[in-house]
Amino acid sequence: MSSPDAWTYDAHDITKVYPGTTALRGVSFSTRPGEVHALIGENGAGKSTLVKILAGIESPTSGRLELDGRQVTLTSVRDASAAGIGVIHQELQLFPDLSVAENLFIGRECLTRWGSVDMGAQESQARGALGRLGQDVDPRTLVRRLPLGLRQIVEIARALVAEVRVLMMDEPTSALTAGEVDALFRVIRDLASHRVAIVYISHHLHELLAIANRITVLRDGAVVGAAAAADVDVPWIVERMTGRPPHATRELPTAAAGSVVLEARDLSLPPRSGRTALDRVSLQLRRGEVCGIYGLLGAGRTELFETLLGVHDDAEGHVSIDKRSLDRSDVTARVEAGIAMVPEDRQAAGLVQSMSVQENLTLAHLAALAPRGVLDTAAERQASERVAATLRVRAPSLDSPVVVLSGGNQQKVVIGRGIMTRPRVLLLDDPTRGVDVAAKAEILATMRTLAAGGMAVAFASSDLAEVVEAADRVLVMSRGRVRAEYSGGDVTEEKLTAAASSDPAQRDAVH
Amino acid sequence: MRFTEVLVRLRAVIALVAVTIVFSVLSPEFLTAANMTILVKHVAINAILAIGMTFVILSGGIDLSVGSIAGLAGMIAGALISKGIVFSSAGVVFYPHASLAIVTAVAAGMAIGAFNGLLVSRLSVAPFIATLGALYVARGSALLLSGGATYPNLTGDPSIGNTGFTWIGAGTLAGLPVPIWLMAAGAAIAMFVSRRTPFGRQVYAIGGNERAALLAGVRVRRVKIRVYMISGFCAALVGVLIAAQLGAAHPATGETFELNAIAAVVLGGTSLMGGRGSIVGTLIGAFVIGVLADGLVLLGVSEFWQMIVKGSVIVVAVILDQFQRRS
Repeated sequence: MSSPDAWTYDAHDITKVYPGTTALRGVSFSTRPGEVHALIGENGAGKSTLVKILAGIESPTSGRLELDGRQVTLTSVRDASAAGIGVIHQELQLFPDLSVAENLFIGRECLTRWGSVDMGAQESQARGALGRLGQDVDPRTLVRRLPLGLRQIVEIARALVAEVRVLMMDEPTSALTAGEVDALFRVIRDLASHRVAIVYISHHLHELLAIANRITVLRDGAVVGAAAAADVDVPWIVERMTGRPPHATRELPTAAAGSVVLEARDLSLPPRSGRTALDRVSLQLRRGEVCGIYGLLGAGRTELFETLLGVHDDAEGHVSIDKRSLDRSDVTARVEAGIAMVPEDRQAAGLVQSMSVQENLTLAHLAALAPRGVLDTAAERQASERVAATLRVRAPSLDSPVVVLSGGNQQKVVIGRGIMTRPRVLLLDDPTRGVDVAAKAEILATMRTLAAGGMAVAFASSDLAEVVEAADRVLVMSRGRVRAEYSGGDVTEEKLTAAASSDPAQRDAVH
Repeated sequence: MRFTEVLVRLRAVIALVAVTIVFSVLSPEFLTAANMTILVKHVAINAILAIGMTFVILSGGIDLSVGSIAGLAGMIAGALISKGIVFSSAGVVFYPHASLAIVTAVAAGMAIGAFNGLLVSRLSVAPFIATLGALYVARGSALLLSGGATYPNLTGDPSIGNTGFTWIGAGTLAGLPVPIWLMAAGAAIAMFVSRRTPFGRQVYAIGGNERAALLAGVRVRRVKIRVYMISGFCAALVGVLIAAQLGAAHPATGETFELNAIAAVVLGGTSLMGGRGSIVGTLIGAFVIGVLADGLVLLGVSEFWQMIVKGSVIVVAVILDQFQRRS
């Protein structure tokens, strides 16, 4: 798993210029065997660019990379991987129709002496790697049959079997449950004790302080802080990331909940592979209220939102808006009736990557922007500018391809598409997943503002602190059922945790 | 924008201009009005098919059935003009007006398109498979209609009052052949629909990310069905044009036309993955193919070499396209 020798992998004075923007300015970054080095910064600060350069995906405009003190030029991932440098990307890069074992060994298959793939050897090594991660998954399972959390584990196992010296992890915990995070941290410590260098990127600052030895903070492409993790605390990091002192925890104005806007009764969804079955879920969403749906991965949060939106043809139960039944309405009719949803997986279900920022923003609103069947381009531009300004979307231009935006700004675009239709009900599925601290605060504040404007807002999350901070009322889900409901002062981390884990079979349902 | 960037972006136009110049230098006949009219008339056939195909490919699909639909539509129009509708019980034969024959043929093409769209959107059949099936079914139907024979002499009979059919393929309007007008009108409408209507935007969105489009409230199934209906309409129109041009309907008309249409779309820079591309690009693509074919014929290059040139041009064009995407 490692070479016992002392070795180093350093980046010196790296600058990276893209057309129109400088992503990195004179950044130096070092890794040491056995050390967990956290890389922190807001979206767009240059973290991903630095990781791409370290991993050989991109070449620096100037500056040099040194492996064991000798300058190296990495021109491909293959070069980097031969040098023992591996990356786990934020967006999973797995092959859904191949087995777990085949995914782990893609590009470096174990061969028999006849030159065919040695399935047996791959499966037993895969079993070993997954075992180290505390997961008892059959390596012959197709990846498409695994829930998201387990897919992340598979991605990590893939780096494990590659015998890396430097392992870079970009937001590895964004889809993991608390138990899976603990297991991951054990693995990271285990790797570090085997003299692997870890570069760890995350927006969860407490998590970073728990695992990192050293911390480097980037802002606007430059290093603005570097310290031993033991010497710093969360406010120190936030101040450097944002360039201003952290503001006090936001006081929530408790909204006076208004009339019921959306009512769902006895929603059920039959079980099918890759989704959680719903079991007679009922709920009410009220004007002016932010309702949190708390539950772990696989609790059925996404399925609940999709069923409210009418995505599943085989769902049973009743949904109404303002007492008007939507039972016979398809997704389009429900959007027209005033439901908007911000999906969990931004890349797979939120963005249209081939389109511009503006085209993404107006996608749900086209009928209204084309009163006589022809798009009113002036009105389209105006509506896009208004929403982009409201949500403070940072984009070179509304006509830029949406893919050039940072994760947080992409998320704002998807939210913007939802609110452009002025919905009665806004459903946000894990809206802060993979976005930075500042963008997260903005998204939570936006939910509050929208609710204050009379919208019924519901958001799903597995982030306990976030739910407690942002929700007026919380429904706790597990295994496709609503287990408990709390509001006001009853919304505490203890109560939510207890309710979410009230069913001991919860973990099994994920497997 | 840097000069080289402009060059790369306008490469299709530049290629078109370049081959035009080369052929006009090499062959004195190339740039004559007579040759140009023939050339554009040939291009019109492929361009109309390719316009419909562009919508399908933009939506992330493919339509292999257009050549067969063209063949079947020509045969339906041919049967209605030359044989009429026989009411054997009453012993009466009804000969419909030429315009009714055309409308019927085109409606049949749209019906097959709608069926393709239903298979793709409702039953989740892969577009390649669904339209491959339609390719065979439509061709078989075209052959069955006449038992494999040609319907000759579609000029109609003045005493019955069903003349005029051939005008749509062989006639002229303000000095230009009717098919060229139809191509121009079709292209103008398609450009407008693709860029300025919700439907056009939704086609791009579905090709770019179908799930995102669905969750945003786009009626994905309906849009897909319409896309295949547009393609069926264009294909049937082409079948009618060819039958009218020749004054005869042959059941084998349109074989491999689907490949020419796809080639024009791809040459025009539309991604086979869907979501990216344009009608203008497709038009340029159709013209590049048409100019090459016409010019090479004038130069006396053998048909076999023509195929090799066409194939190479398509592949090189797509390679250039990939370079541009990466930069």
